[in-house]
Amino acid sequence: MSVLIFVETDNGSIKKTSLEAIAYGAKIAEKTGGNAVVLALGAADSAELEKAGFYGANKVLHAADEKLAHENSMAYADVLAQAIAQENSKIIILSKSGLGDAVAARAAAKLKAGIVSGVTELPVINGTFKVTRSIYTGKAFTTTEIKSDIKILVVKKNAIEIDESQLSTSTAIIESFTPTLRDTDFTATVGNIEKASSELSLTEADIIVSGGRGMKGPEHWQPLLDLASALGAATGCSKPVSDLDWRPHHEHIGQTGIKVAPDIYIACGISGAIQHLAGVNGAKCIVVINKDPEAPFFKAADYGIVGDVFEILPKLTQAAKNLK
Amino acid sequence: MKILVCITSVPDTTAKISFTDNDSKLNKNGIQYIIGPYDDYALARGVELKEQFSGTVTVIHVGGPEADPQIRKALAIGADDAIRINCDPVDSYFTASQIAHVARENKYDLILMGRESIDFNSGVVHGLVGEMLGIPSYSPVMKLDIDGNTAKIDREIDGGKESLSAALPLVLGCQEPISEWKIPNMRGIMTARTKPLIVQEPVSEEEMTVPEKYSLPAPKGACKMIPASEAETLIRLLQTEAKVL
Repeated sequence: MSVLIFVETDNGSIKKTSLEAIAYGAKIAEKTGGNAVVLALGAADSAELEKAGFYGANKVLHAADEKLAHENSMAYADVLAQAIAQENSKIIILSKSGLGDAVAARAAAKLKAGIVSGVTELPVINGTFKVTRSIYTGKAFTTTEIKSDIKILVVKKNAIEIDESQLSTSTAIIESFTPTLRDTDFTATVGNIEKASSELSLTEADIIVSGGRGMKGPEHWQPLLDLASALGAATGCSKPVSDLDWRPHHEHIGQTGIKVAPDIYIACGISGAIQHLAGVNGAKCIVVINKDPEAPFFKAADYGIVGDVFEILPKLTQAAKNLK
Repeated sequence: MKILVCITSVPDTTAKISFTDNDSKLNKNGIQYIIGPYDDYALARGVELKEQFSGTVTVIHVGGPEADPQIRKALAIGADDAIRINCDPVDSYFTASQIAHVARENKYDLILMGRESIDFNSGVVHGLVGEMLGIPSYSPVMKLDIDGNTAKIDREIDGGKESLSAALPLVLGCQEPISEWKIPNMRGIMTARTKPLIVQEPVSEEEMTVPEKYSLPAPKGACKMIPASEAETLIRLLQTEAKVL
């Protein structure tokens, strides 16, 4: 029996959230006494895939078929199911993302497997198999028993703590994997893809600097961008800001936008409506900068500064630069 | 065009969540239920497409009778009829099986729902239903137009968006700005009263997952205030005190 971890790649390397999924799956494999096997699809760099070993994987199945280069949840789920059959895997791990959920869901339907998405901790395996997951957009948790033979877990960022100084030094073996691809999974015509490739993805970012209406307009965003660049952070925004088209929709963080779980979330001129908080309650440390001392966001914050964002941001940028 | 819109009935976004019965149940006291915000977008777009191409919109909800007001609201917004599968929808696989069962019997061109429910936030039911029916599923869809037998879709991907076209039938998880939420008018509310709402018992399906216990996050400690004149000390605190930098 093995634990199979489905990973996402970006420019040939395994995404950070997927590395966490590998560490998470490897911990379960260690506990249940099986192998931790990684499945990677599309073009990827062998040296990058071998790094899966540092996070505890024994083996990487690499399906390099060019047809798999483009995100396709139907085909990916089909390949995943074939890998699960080959490896006789009973526990399947994916990291939480639009793609992760879609692949997990379709694989679950193929395999008649129980699926739990939004897992926040390692499972408790003790005769039964129980996982804790985040529900009500981070406002609560539930412990759920998975009863099916094959179990599919979609894990949230930070479900496991990785100590980069304690990583394994052994690399993973790479095995080429040649699944049968069905034409019916490739019927859609993909047109234009708009992707800001230079930007750090919000779901992957360790630090996020985010702006609200208190930034006063899109032309005033530079101080925020400067701080983000000094900290190596991704940038986000509140719903009103994306509604007003000050920033693109894919930066919108909140209940109906992206849910993030960075180590540090710095909110600039965001009052902290409950719908926005729902998107950031996975953050480890929240910093709020707002001129209104009564802003509700301060109640959810770890650090707060009351004052003018345009005076405060440059000071923070300077301090962050001095750090380096 | 035959459209099926799947709706959830969920605590509104400002609801304060707590649990009762030894943390085994949601405390429904004082909670206002709404159609899931993402499902509301799916419904609005479904009704628009029906008006554009003529056809029908059927609403389906997997859940108990407490959702009937939300189902009536969906009918008032423009759906033609509704089906409620009478059960407690706590498992994604089970819920998807119920929807797939109804879809197999009625052959819809489009099955629309929200990208995720805002109670369990799984975002997997569209994928499950798609696979169960053997048809493609896409999510989160921000733009949807129909041209003959083809759907033209914009969907959000990590850090951007992708345009694609795919043949019907399809299952789509929707999000803004696919449409604007619709508010029922008086005529809609009146006609909704007589539109059919069929209640069906669920088809039997194995229980794959069972939620056992609920809990709330640990309360947040007090916010440490830093005077604006010493703002730069924040960076040091993040590094040495919070140890997150």
